[in-house]
Amino acid sequence: MSLVWKAALALGALAFFFGVLLAIAYLRFKVETDPRLDELLEAVLGSNCGACGYPGCEPACEAVLAGEAGVDVCVAGGQKCAEAVARIMGVEASMGERGVALVHCQGGLAESAPKAVYHGIDSCAAADKIAGGFKACDYGCLGLGTCKSVCPVNAITIDEDRRRQVDRDRCTGCGLCVDVCPRSLIELVPRDQQVLVMCNSADKGAKAKKVCSVCCIACKKCEKACEFDAIKVVDNCARIDFEKCTQCGKCIEVCPTDVLVRVEPTAAQRKKSKAPTAA
Amino acid sequence: MGWADNLKRSLLVKGGVHPPASKLAAGVKISDGPKPKRVLIPLSQHVGAACEPLVEKGDRVLLGQKIGDSDSYISAPVHSSVSGEVTSIQRFPHPSGRDVLTVEISSDGEDAPAPGLGPAPDPLSMEPGEIRRRVREGGIVGLGGAVFPTHVKLSPPSDRPIEAVIVNGAECEPFLTGDYRLMLERGQDIIHGARIIRRAVGAERIIIAIEQTGPKAIAAMREAVPDDGIEVFILPGIYPQGAEKTLVKTVLGREVPSGGLPMDVGAIVDNVGTCAAISELFLTGMPLTRRIVTVAGDGVAGRANLEVRIGTVVREVIDFCGGLSGDPGKVILGGPMMGLAQYTMDVPVTKATGGILVFKKGSVFCEEPGHFSCIRCGRCVRRCPMNLRPYLLGSYSDAGMWDHLEDLYINDCMECGSCAYICPTKNPLVQLIKVGKEGFNRRKRKMEALAEKASEEAEEKENAGKTA
Repeated sequence: MSLVWKAALALGALAFFFGVLLAIAYLRFKVETDPRLDELLEAVLGSNCGACGYPGCEPACEAVLAGEAGVDVCVAGGQKCAEAVARIMGVEASMGERGVALVHCQGGLAESAPKAVYHGIDSCAAADKIAGGFKACDYGCLGLGTCKSVCPVNAITIDEDRRRQVDRDRCTGCGLCVDVCPRSLIELVPRDQQVLVMCNSADKGAKAKKVCSVCCIACKKCEKACEFDAIKVVDNCARIDFEKCTQCGKCIEVCPTDVLVRVEPTAAQRKKSKAPTAA
Repeated sequence: MGWADNLKRSLLVKGGVHPPASKLAAGVKISDGPKPKRVLIPLSQHVGAACEPLVEKGDRVLLGQKIGDSDSYISAPVHSSVSGEVTSIQRFPHPSGRDVLTVEISSDGEDAPAPGLGPAPDPLSMEPGEIRRRVREGGIVGLGGAVFPTHVKLSPPSDRPIEAVIVNGAECEPFLTGDYRLMLERGQDIIHGARIIRRAVGAERIIIAIEQTGPKAIAAMREAVPDDGIEVFILPGIYPQGAEKTLVKTVLGREVPSGGLPMDVGAIVDNVGTCAAISELFLTGMPLTRRIVTVAGDGVAGRANLEVRIGTVVREVIDFCGGLSGDPGKVILGGPMMGLAQYTMDVPVTKATGGILVFKKGSVFCEEPGHFSCIRCGRCVRRCPMNLRPYLLGSYSDAGMWDHLEDLYINDCMECGSCAYICPTKNPLVQLIKVGKEGFNRRKRKMEALAEKASEEAEEKENAGKTA
């Protein structure tokens, strides 16, 4: 026998021996896990974003199995994930519809005046700590993307002009961005709400107008135009009562600074509105 | 004796940096500042709750009249620094960078004092409670820069006996010379004020701590000191010796526990400026309406130590000193290490403004910084006077890992800036730590709220089970 054969035999025997050893160990020391755990891990979003409050997706799923967390544990995954988890757990998904994130500001570099030149860390939280931010408006979005960096589904985009856009189809309403915005500009609004206020400035009209071209100047025209008493100017900024609003859009027509806007319906809504006509 | 002291001190002092002292205005006597035609008096000039205005638009106010106060314990009233008419009460720019509710007063130039202001009866035999009341009414706050209401400091709980009053004359920030001049010129006032503080807290010793870099001030204070338990202590010339906790450690050799206050180790620290202000309050009855401001830097024509009325607009103070020279790069209120760069010169001088520093464009760091990468050299760790690990605080804060910041005692950081000063990659560590503090505290609050909610739910379940 040549040396090659000897070596192959010896190594083969060794491999077989350890293989058997491993197989015995596998059977002998098997850790029993709930087979649903793997299924659940498939069902949740799986980005380990931490929005649910658990250290990661696996502990969250374990909590579901232990009955500590509800089927709607995956905050970032939204309705879809909740349904999938509910199917695995064999219960009804009982989850109210989640809102969608809205940034109450549309002023980018072009619209909103700066008050200072900022050199420092590229994050809103850091910029806000230095002299209250570089924007002349004390309330507006700084556009450095702290919200973007925490979004688990990449629903927020920021363009070169530091204007931000929320992809309403992608947004699952987890609320992570709401927590991190240093200026508390982000709110979760009902998914079917299309008429929205895009400003949060509490400055009086004249002052707000001086620093931003797309701000609420608290002129109250919308308040007067609304037939349903749904829009009110509170603290120098218009606010919509979503319960009363019928989305007629009269306020949009009268707004002199285009702070009130109508957004495109989400994909889900389009589907919903098509369904009855087809039937 | 001398060498033993030096050895002890060098063993106690940990960390710190040596920025160039640049005490340009050290030789300039304290003089009166400009007489403003208009003052802007912010209703928030201290740590704690902002004041509510006590006057209305159109009211006539007098010099020293209280124009804002708050019901909150941690707060201090504000007073008018001129006599004249209130022209408006609205939000104006403030040195903090945010607009703050401010009383705008146009001066009539008469400086008619408010009625009822007069010298107090002998404060050294006064009840401590009465001293505290007067200090609060006088709007006295810590003039070293932290502007913590002094009456709160003067009220230690009964289980915290105060042994020593440390008078802080360190003035470790470069450029600032107000405290130094004060010690040279008004040593007696400082000692009188310190005695009133000693009376209020029932301490025995008064220790006046001065950096060894100011031998003239040391000599002046030694001369002014009578022999009744008042001593002068010489500090090493290292930044940040003037920080409260560092000072207590160097002077008394005791470490303030994490999250604690100097009163936990039997000490109370007050700035020399605060002592002088208390002395003036009791001698003349005049509340805190002016403070000493150092004007210096290569971007301003003159250099001076001015006694400026609170509310004077910074632009006016700079013009009073000869105006700008050259193209200004930065205007900083306070010292260069912890002061705040301003975006406008139309902010008023507040109780916190120890200096107005103007730098030319070329002489100050103001270009776009590149990418910061920690190279793990560990210099910040060696320089941190609080024994923290700034590079880790910065990294975790940058990554948003708030949970880890607690184990690193982030809330013990006093933001002195030694780490950022020494960092070879110019990592903005203090800014990162500030962000980390907010993120950490926010996260903590959220977790507490969640835990509360969970326990409530569990209770509800239990109750439901019982009823069923």
